[in-house]
Amino acid sequence: MLEYLTDSFNWSGPEGITARIVQHIWYTFAALGLAAVIALPVGLYIGHTRRGAFLAINLGNAARALPSLGLLMIAVLLTNQIGFLPVLIALVALGIPPILTSTYAGLSGVDPATIDAARGMGMTGREILTKVEIPIALPLIISGLRAATLQIVSTATIAALVSLGGLGRYVVDGLKLRDFPQMFSGALLVALLAILLDLLFALAGRVTVSKGLRVD
Amino acid sequence: MTWIGDNLSLIWEQLSEHLYLAILPVVLGLLIAIPLGYVATRFAWLANPLIALGGVLYSLPSIALFIVLPVILGTQVLDRINIVIALTVYAVSLLIRNVIDGLRSVPPDVRQAAIAVGYGPARRLLTIDLPIAVPVIFAGLRVVTVANISMVSVGAVIGIGGLGELFTLGFQKDFLTPVVVGVVLSLALALLADLLIVILQRVLTPWARVVSSVKAA
Repeated sequence: MLEYLTDSFNWSGPEGITARIVQHIWYTFAALGLAAVIALPVGLYIGHTRRGAFLAINLGNAARALPSLGLLMIAVLLTNQIGFLPVLIALVALGIPPILTSTYAGLSGVDPATIDAARGMGMTGREILTKVEIPIALPLIISGLRAATLQIVSTATIAALVSLGGLGRYVVDGLKLRDFPQMFSGALLVALLAILLDLLFALAGRVTVSKGLRVD
Repeated sequence: MTWIGDNLSLIWEQLSEHLYLAILPVVLGLLIAIPLGYVATRFAWLANPLIALGGVLYSLPSIALFIVLPVILGTQVLDRINIVIALTVYAVSLLIRNVIDGLRSVPPDVRQAAIAVGYGPARRLLTIDLPIAVPVIFAGLRVVTVANISMVSVGAVIGIGGLGELFTLGFQKDFLTPVVVGVVLSLALALLADLLIVILQRVLTPWARVVSSVKAA
Protein backbone atom coordinates (compact mmCIF):
# COMPACT_ATOMS: atom_id res chain seq x y z
CA MET A 1 0.00 0.00 0.00
CA LEU A 2 2.80 2.40 0.89
CA GLU A 3 4.55 1.55 -2.34
CA TYR A 4 1.51 2.63 -4.30
CA LEU A 5 1.19 5.88 -2.41
CA THR A 6 4.87 6.78 -2.43
CA ASP A 7 5.38 6.11 -6.15
CA SER A 8 5.48 9.60 -7.63
CA PHE A 9 4.26 8.20 -10.97
CA ASN A 10 0.87 7.56 -9.35
CA TRP A 11 0.48 11.15 -8.23
CA SER A 12 0.77 13.09 -11.49
CA GLY A 13 -1.25 13.30 -14.70
CA PRO A 14 -4.99 13.55 -15.36
CA GLU A 15 -5.57 10.20 -13.63
CA GLY A 16 -3.05 10.77 -10.88
CA ILE A 17 -3.82 11.00 -7.19
CA THR A 18 -3.58 14.81 -7.15
CA ALA A 19 -6.19 15.13 -9.91
CA ARG A 20 -8.43 12.57 -8.18
CA ILE A 21 -8.28 14.47 -4.91
CA VAL A 22 -9.24 17.70 -6.68
CA GLN A 23 -12.19 15.92 -8.37
CA HIS A 24 -13.26 14.40 -5.07
CA ILE A 25 -13.19 17.78 -3.34
CA TRP A 26 -15.11 19.33 -6.23
CA TYR A 27 -17.93 16.76 -6.01
CA THR A 28 -18.03 17.20 -2.26
CA PHE A 29 -18.29 20.98 -2.28
CA ALA A 30 -20.68 21.15 -5.22
CA ALA A 31 -23.07 18.81 -3.38
CA LEU A 32 -22.52 20.48 -0.01
CA GLY A 33 -23.11 23.95 -1.48
CA LEU A 34 -26.32 22.90 -3.19
CA ALA A 35 -27.56 21.05 -0.10
CA ALA A 36 -26.84 24.13 2.03
CA VAL A 37 -28.60 26.45 -0.42
CA ILE A 38 -31.71 24.26 -0.11
CA ALA A 39 -31.59 23.24 3.54
CA LEU A 40 -30.35 26.39 5.29
CA PRO A 41 -33.21 28.73 4.28
CA VAL A 42 -35.79 26.05 5.01
CA GLY A 43 -34.23 25.29 8.38
CA LEU A 44 -34.03 29.00 9.23
CA TYR A 45 -37.63 29.56 8.19
CA ILE A 46 -38.92 26.65 10.25
CA GLY A 47 -36.78 27.58 13.24
CA HIS A 48 -37.73 31.25 13.11
CA THR A 49 -41.46 30.83 12.58
CA ARG A 50 -41.71 27.43 14.36
CA ARG A 51 -43.99 26.35 11.54
CA GLY A 52 -43.86 22.85 10.05
CA ALA A 53 -41.32 21.65 12.58
CA PHE A 54 -42.92 18.26 13.13
CA LEU A 55 -42.97 17.52 9.41
CA ALA A 56 -39.41 18.72 8.82
CA ILE A 57 -37.93 16.75 11.69
CA ASN A 58 -39.64 13.51 10.79
CA LEU A 59 -38.92 13.84 7.08
CA GLY A 60 -35.33 14.70 7.94
CA ASN A 61 -34.96 11.62 10.10
CA ALA A 62 -36.61 9.37 7.58
CA ALA A 63 -34.34 10.72 4.84
CA ARG A 64 -31.31 9.72 6.91
CA ALA A 65 -32.33 6.13 6.36
CA LEU A 66 -32.22 6.48 2.57
CA PRO A 67 -29.41 4.35 1.20
CA SER A 68 -27.30 6.71 -0.94
CA LEU A 69 -26.14 3.93 -3.24
CA GLY A 70 -29.75 3.07 -4.10
CA LEU A 71 -30.54 6.73 -4.56
CA LEU A 72 -27.64 7.06 -7.00
CA MET A 73 -28.87 4.08 -9.01
CA ILE A 74 -32.41 5.44 -9.13
CA ALA A 75 -31.08 8.84 -10.21
CA VAL A 76 -29.04 7.20 -12.97
CA LEU A 77 -31.96 5.16 -14.25
CA LEU A 78 -34.47 8.03 -14.04
CA THR A 79 -32.32 10.77 -15.57
CA ASN A 80 -31.15 8.19 -18.06
CA GLN A 81 -27.61 9.42 -17.89
CA ILE A 82 -24.40 8.34 -16.32
CA GLY A 83 -22.32 11.12 -14.92
CA PHE A 84 -22.33 14.17 -12.71
CA LEU A 85 -26.08 14.86 -12.47
CA PRO A 86 -27.15 11.60 -10.78
CA VAL A 87 -24.15 11.75 -8.44
CA LEU A 88 -25.05 15.30 -7.51
CA ILE A 89 -28.68 14.34 -6.85
CA ALA A 90 -27.68 11.46 -4.57
CA LEU A 91 -25.10 13.49 -2.65
CA VAL A 92 -27.36 16.53 -2.23
CA ALA A 93 -30.13 14.29 -0.89
CA LEU A 94 -27.59 12.94 1.58
CA GLY A 95 -26.52 16.41 2.72
CA ILE A 96 -29.91 18.02 3.24
CA PRO A 97 -31.20 16.17 6.37
CA PRO A 98 -28.30 16.90 8.74
CA ILE A 99 -28.14 20.58 7.71
CA LEU A 100 -31.90 21.04 7.92
CA THR A 101 -32.43 19.33 11.26
CA SER A 102 -29.51 20.94 13.06
CA THR A 103 -30.31 24.43 11.70
CA TYR A 104 -33.82 24.02 12.99
CA ALA A 105 -32.58 22.59 16.30
CA GLY A 106 -30.15 25.47 16.70
CA LEU A 107 -32.82 28.10 16.19
CA SER A 108 -35.43 26.41 18.32
CA GLY A 109 -32.91 26.14 21.15
CA VAL A 110 -32.63 29.91 21.43
CA ASP A 111 -34.10 31.03 24.75
CA PRO A 112 -37.50 32.66 24.10
CA ALA A 113 -36.67 35.30 26.71
CA THR A 114 -33.70 36.38 24.58
CA ILE A 115 -35.95 36.79 21.55
CA ASP A 116 -38.49 38.71 23.62
CA ALA A 117 -35.71 40.98 24.85
CA ALA A 118 -34.58 41.63 21.28
CA ARG A 119 -38.15 42.40 20.26
CA GLY A 120 -38.52 44.67 23.28
CA MET A 121 -35.49 46.60 22.07
CA GLY A 122 -37.35 47.24 18.83
CA MET A 123 -35.64 44.70 16.55
CA THR A 124 -37.58 43.60 13.50
CA GLY A 125 -38.10 39.94 12.69
CA ARG A 126 -35.24 40.05 10.19
CA GLU A 127 -32.92 41.68 12.69
CA ILE A 128 -33.81 39.13 15.34
CA LEU A 129 -33.01 36.35 12.87
CA THR A 130 -29.68 37.72 11.67
CA LYS A 131 -28.40 39.39 14.82
CA VAL A 132 -29.74 37.12 17.55
CA GLU A 133 -30.98 33.74 16.39
CA ILE A 134 -28.35 32.85 13.78
CA PRO A 135 -25.33 33.82 15.92
CA ILE A 136 -26.66 31.84 18.86
CA ALA A 137 -27.55 28.88 16.65
CA LEU A 138 -24.23 29.00 14.77
CA PRO A 139 -22.44 26.19 16.64
CA LEU A 140 -25.26 23.78 15.81
CA ILE A 141 -25.58 25.06 12.22
CA ILE A 142 -21.87 24.45 11.72
CA SER A 143 -22.07 21.00 13.26
CA GLY A 144 -24.87 20.19 10.79
CA LEU A 145 -22.71 21.34 7.89
CA ARG A 146 -19.86 19.33 9.31
CA ALA A 147 -21.91 16.15 9.56
CA ALA A 148 -23.19 16.70 6.01
CA THR A 149 -19.65 17.22 4.71
CA LEU A 150 -18.39 14.04 6.34
CA GLN A 151 -21.19 11.98 4.85
CA ILE A 152 -20.84 13.53 1.43
CA VAL A 153 -17.06 13.22 1.27
CA SER A 154 -17.17 9.53 2.16
CA THR A 155 -20.10 8.79 -0.09
CA ALA A 156 -18.61 10.69 -3.06
CA THR A 157 -16.58 7.49 -3.42
CA ILE A 158 -19.56 5.93 -5.18
CA ALA A 159 -19.26 8.48 -8.03
CA ALA A 160 -16.70 6.09 -9.49
CA LEU A 161 -19.45 3.48 -9.92
CA VAL A 162 -21.04 5.64 -12.60
CA SER A 163 -17.72 6.19 -14.36
CA LEU A 164 -16.87 9.53 -12.77
CA GLY A 165 -13.53 10.30 -11.13
CA GLY A 166 -12.64 11.10 -7.56
CA LEU A 167 -10.87 8.88 -5.07
CA GLY A 168 -13.51 6.18 -5.47
CA ARG A 169 -11.86 5.35 -8.81
CA TYR A 170 -9.07 3.54 -6.95
CA VAL A 171 -11.55 1.57 -4.90
CA VAL A 172 -13.70 0.54 -7.86
CA ASP A 173 -10.84 -0.06 -10.30
CA GLY A 174 -8.76 -1.77 -7.65
CA LEU A 175 -11.63 -4.14 -6.87
CA LYS A 176 -12.12 -5.00 -10.54
CA LEU A 177 -8.43 -5.62 -11.14
CA ARG A 178 -8.04 -7.36 -7.76
CA ASP A 179 -5.34 -4.75 -7.19
CA PHE A 180 -5.80 -4.46 -3.46
CA PRO A 181 -2.93 -2.03 -2.74
CA GLN A 182 -4.64 0.42 -5.12
CA MET A 183 -7.97 -0.12 -3.33
CA PHE A 184 -6.46 0.41 0.11
CA SER A 185 -4.68 3.54 -1.07
CA GLY A 186 -7.96 5.02 -2.31
CA ALA A 187 -9.75 4.14 0.93
CA LEU A 188 -6.95 5.59 3.03
CA LEU A 189 -6.94 8.84 1.02
CA VAL A 190 -10.72 9.23 1.46
CA ALA A 191 -10.34 8.72 5.20
CA LEU A 192 -7.53 11.29 5.39
CA LEU A 193 -9.55 13.79 3.36
CA ALA A 194 -12.54 13.30 5.67
CA ILE A 195 -10.43 13.87 8.78
CA LEU A 196 -8.85 16.96 7.21
CA LEU A 197 -12.24 18.48 6.33
CA ASP A 198 -13.49 17.66 9.82
CA LEU A 199 -10.57 19.59 11.33
CA LEU A 200 -11.28 22.52 9.01
CA PHE A 201 -14.86 22.67 10.26
CA ALA A 202 -13.71 22.48 13.87
CA LEU A 203 -11.48 25.46 13.12
CA ALA A 204 -14.27 27.35 11.32
CA GLY A 205 -16.47 26.80 14.37
CA ARG A 206 -13.85 28.38 16.62
CA VAL A 207 -13.35 31.38 14.37
CA THR A 208 -16.97 32.25 13.58
CA VAL A 209 -18.76 31.66 16.85
CA SER A 210 -19.20 34.83 18.86
CA LYS A 211 -16.87 35.16 21.84
CA GLY A 212 -19.75 35.71 24.21
CA LEU A 213 -21.16 32.28 23.35
CA ARG A 214 -18.02 30.25 23.89
CA VAL A 215 -18.30 27.81 26.68
CA ASP A 216 -14.69 26.75 26.92
CA MET B 1 -43.97 -6.22 -10.70
CA THR B 2 -43.45 -9.67 -12.20
CA TRP B 3 -39.77 -9.27 -11.32
CA ILE B 4 -40.71 -9.04 -7.66
CA GLY B 5 -42.83 -12.19 -7.84
CA ASP B 6 -40.11 -14.10 -9.66
CA ASN B 7 -37.37 -13.05 -7.28
CA LEU B 8 -39.04 -13.27 -3.90
CA SER B 9 -36.48 -15.72 -2.56
CA LEU B 10 -33.59 -13.48 -3.66
CA ILE B 11 -35.23 -10.44 -2.08
CA TRP B 12 -35.88 -12.33 1.14
CA GLU B 13 -32.32 -13.61 1.23
CA GLN B 14 -30.84 -10.11 0.79
CA LEU B 15 -33.28 -8.66 3.31
CA SER B 16 -32.25 -11.11 6.01
CA GLU B 17 -28.59 -10.64 5.11
CA HIS B 18 -29.12 -6.89 5.41
CA LEU B 19 -30.80 -7.25 8.77
CA TYR B 20 -28.01 -9.47 10.07
CA LEU B 21 -25.26 -7.16 8.83
CA ALA B 22 -26.94 -4.07 10.31
CA ILE B 23 -28.30 -5.31 13.65
CA LEU B 24 -25.51 -7.59 14.88
CA PRO B 25 -23.06 -4.63 15.01
CA VAL B 26 -25.58 -2.55 16.99
CA VAL B 27 -25.91 -5.30 19.60
CA LEU B 28 -22.15 -5.86 19.74
CA GLY B 29 -21.59 -2.10 19.88
CA LEU B 30 -23.93 -1.74 22.85
CA LEU B 31 -22.28 -4.67 24.64
CA ILE B 32 -18.87 -3.00 24.22
CA ALA B 33 -19.93 0.61 24.80
CA ILE B 34 -21.72 0.04 28.13
CA PRO B 35 -18.77 -1.45 30.07
CA LEU B 36 -16.40 0.99 28.35
CA GLY B 37 -18.62 3.93 29.27
CA TYR B 38 -18.96 2.62 32.83
CA VAL B 39 -15.17 2.45 33.19
CA ALA B 40 -14.94 5.98 31.77
CA THR B 41 -17.31 7.34 34.40
CA ARG B 42 -15.40 5.54 37.18
CA PHE B 43 -12.06 6.90 35.94
CA ALA B 44 -13.10 10.37 34.83
CA TRP B 45 -9.84 11.20 32.99
CA LEU B 46 -10.71 8.48 30.45
CA ALA B 47 -13.99 10.03 29.34
CA ASN B 48 -12.84 12.91 27.16
CA PRO B 49 -10.12 11.00 25.26
CA LEU B 50 -12.61 8.17 24.62
CA ILE B 51 -15.25 10.59 23.30
CA ALA B 52 -12.66 12.31 21.09
CA LEU B 53 -11.42 8.98 19.74
CA GLY B 54 -15.02 8.02 19.00
CA GLY B 55 -15.45 11.25 17.04
CA VAL B 56 -12.44 10.52 14.86
CA LEU B 57 -13.43 6.89 14.25
CA TYR B 58 -16.96 7.93 13.36
CA SER B 59 -15.66 10.36 10.76
CA LEU B 60 -13.93 7.57 8.83
CA PRO B 61 -15.79 6.79 5.60
CA SER B 62 -17.53 3.42 5.79
CA ILE B 63 -16.30 2.26 2.40
CA ALA B 64 -12.73 3.03 3.47
CA LEU B 65 -13.16 1.08 6.68
CA PHE B 66 -14.69 -1.89 4.83
CA ILE B 67 -11.55 -2.07 2.70
CA VAL B 68 -8.80 -1.17 5.15
CA LEU B 69 -9.99 -3.50 7.94
CA PRO B 70 -8.97 -6.71 6.17
CA VAL B 71 -5.38 -5.40 5.97
CA ILE B 72 -5.38 -4.74 9.70
CA LEU B 73 -7.22 -7.93 10.67
CA GLY B 74 -5.78 -10.23 8.05
CA THR B 75 -9.22 -11.27 6.84
CA GLN B 76 -10.36 -11.65 3.23
CA VAL B 77 -11.61 -8.46 1.54
CA LEU B 78 -14.90 -10.14 0.66
CA ASP B 79 -15.53 -11.50 4.14
CA ARG B 80 -18.77 -10.37 5.85
CA ILE B 81 -16.88 -10.07 9.10
CA ASN B 82 -15.30 -6.84 7.78
CA ILE B 83 -18.70 -5.18 7.47
CA VAL B 84 -19.76 -6.42 10.89
CA ILE B 85 -16.57 -5.16 12.55
CA ALA B 86 -16.60 -1.82 10.68
CA LEU B 87 -20.19 -1.12 11.70
CA THR B 88 -19.45 -2.26 15.27
CA VAL B 89 -16.63 0.30 15.37
CA TYR B 90 -19.13 2.99 14.30
CA ALA B 91 -21.68 1.82 16.83
CA VAL B 92 -19.18 1.89 19.70
CA SER B 93 -17.71 5.24 18.68
CA LEU B 94 -21.13 6.88 18.64
CA LEU B 95 -22.67 5.04 21.61
CA ILE B 96 -19.73 5.63 23.95
CA ARG B 97 -20.63 9.30 24.16
CA ASN B 98 -24.28 8.55 24.92
CA VAL B 99 -23.40 5.93 27.52
CA ILE B 100 -21.07 8.35 29.30
CA ASP B 101 -23.59 11.21 29.12
CA GLY B 102 -26.35 8.88 30.26
CA LEU B 103 -24.44 7.55 33.26
CA ARG B 104 -23.43 11.10 34.16
CA SER B 105 -27.10 12.13 34.10
CA VAL B 106 -27.83 9.98 37.16
CA PRO B 107 -28.53 12.42 40.01
CA PRO B 108 -25.88 12.11 42.76
CA ASP B 109 -28.49 11.94 45.52
CA VAL B 110 -30.17 8.99 43.83
CA ARG B 111 -26.82 7.19 43.69
CA GLN B 112 -26.10 8.05 47.32
CA ALA B 113 -29.52 6.83 48.37
CA ALA B 114 -28.80 3.51 46.68
CA ILE B 115 -25.46 3.23 48.46
CA ALA B 116 -27.13 4.08 51.75
CA VAL B 117 -29.72 1.35 51.27
CA GLY B 118 -26.84 -1.08 50.78
CA TYR B 119 -26.66 -1.55 47.00
CA GLY B 120 -23.33 -2.88 45.75
CA PRO B 121 -21.65 -1.43 42.64
CA ALA B 122 -22.94 -4.12 40.25
CA ARG B 123 -26.51 -4.00 41.53
CA ARG B 124 -26.43 -0.21 41.45
CA LEU B 125 -25.24 -0.18 37.85
CA LEU B 126 -27.87 -2.66 36.69
CA THR B 127 -30.88 -1.48 38.66
CA ILE B 128 -30.25 2.25 39.15
CA ASP B 129 -27.65 3.79 36.81
CA LEU B 130 -28.43 2.01 33.55
CA PRO B 131 -32.24 2.35 33.75
CA ILE B 132 -31.88 6.09 34.43
CA ALA B 133 -29.44 6.36 31.50
CA VAL B 134 -31.78 4.52 29.11
CA PRO B 135 -33.27 7.62 27.40
CA VAL B 136 -29.83 9.07 26.60
CA ILE B 137 -28.35 5.74 25.51
CA PHE B 138 -31.39 4.95 23.39
CA ALA B 139 -31.16 8.30 21.60
CA GLY B 140 -27.75 7.17 20.34
CA LEU B 141 -29.04 3.67 19.67
CA ARG B 142 -31.70 5.05 17.33
CA VAL B 143 -29.16 7.06 15.33
CA VAL B 144 -26.74 4.13 15.08
CA THR B 145 -29.39 1.66 14.02
CA VAL B 146 -30.80 3.84 11.25
CA ALA B 147 -27.32 4.84 10.06
CA ASN B 148 -26.16 1.21 10.02
CA ILE B 149 -29.14 0.05 8.02
CA SER B 150 -28.43 2.67 5.38
CA MET B 151 -24.65 2.08 5.48
CA VAL B 152 -24.81 -1.67 4.96
CA SER B 153 -25.85 -1.17 1.36
CA VAL B 154 -22.59 0.65 0.63
CA GLY B 155 -20.94 -2.72 1.14
CA ALA B 156 -22.42 -3.73 -2.20
CA VAL B 157 -19.65 -1.68 -3.81
CA ILE B 158 -17.25 -4.37 -2.65
CA GLY B 159 -19.73 -7.18 -3.15
CA ILE B 160 -21.28 -7.76 0.30
CA GLY B 161 -24.26 -5.62 1.05
CA GLY B 162 -27.63 -7.25 1.58
CA LEU B 163 -30.20 -5.05 -0.11
CA GLY B 164 -27.37 -3.05 -1.68
CA GLU B 165 -26.85 -5.99 -4.00
CA LEU B 166 -30.25 -5.24 -5.49
CA PHE B 167 -28.93 -1.76 -6.34
CA THR B 168 -25.92 -3.05 -8.24
CA LEU B 169 -28.06 -5.74 -9.88
CA GLY B 170 -30.58 -3.17 -11.15
CA PHE B 171 -27.79 -0.86 -12.25
CA GLN B 172 -26.03 -3.56 -14.24
CA LYS B 173 -29.24 -4.62 -15.94
CA ASP B 174 -30.43 -1.02 -16.48
CA PHE B 175 -33.60 -2.00 -14.65
CA LEU B 176 -35.30 0.20 -12.05
CA THR B 177 -37.49 -2.31 -10.18
CA PRO B 178 -34.83 -4.06 -8.04
CA VAL B 179 -33.33 -0.70 -7.05
CA VAL B 180 -36.70 0.67 -5.94
CA VAL B 181 -37.47 -2.57 -4.09
CA GLY B 182 -34.10 -2.31 -2.33
CA VAL B 183 -34.58 1.34 -1.35
CA VAL B 184 -38.14 0.82 -0.12
CA LEU B 185 -37.24 -2.26 1.91
CA SER B 186 -34.18 -0.55 3.36
CA LEU B 187 -36.28 2.47 4.38
CA ALA B 188 -38.99 0.24 5.83
CA LEU B 189 -36.42 -1.74 7.76
CA ALA B 190 -34.93 1.44 9.23
CA LEU B 191 -38.29 2.88 10.23
CA LEU B 192 -39.42 -0.43 11.73
CA ALA B 193 -36.19 -0.84 13.70
CA ASP B 194 -36.51 2.74 14.95
CA LEU B 195 -40.09 2.11 16.03
CA LEU B 196 -39.10 -1.08 17.86
CA ILE B 197 -36.39 0.78 19.77
CA VAL B 198 -38.88 3.49 20.78
CA ILE B 199 -41.30 0.82 22.01
CA LEU B 200 -38.51 -0.99 23.87
CA GLN B 201 -37.55 2.28 25.53
CA ARG B 202 -41.14 2.80 26.70
CA VAL B 203 -41.21 -0.72 28.12
CA LEU B 204 -37.89 -0.25 29.88
CA THR B 205 -38.81 3.12 31.41
CA PRO B 206 -42.39 2.75 32.66
CA TRP B 207 -41.88 5.62 35.13
CA ALA B 208 -41.37 8.09 32.27
CA ARG B 209 -45.04 7.79 31.35
CA VAL B 210 -46.14 8.26 34.94
CA VAL B 211 -44.02 11.38 35.30
CA SER B 212 -45.25 12.92 32.06
CA SER B 213 -48.91 12.20 32.86
CA VAL B 214 -48.44 13.78 36.26
CA LYS B 215 -46.92 16.82 34.57
CA ALA B 216 -49.81 16.97 32.12
CA ALA B 217 -52.31 16.88 34.97
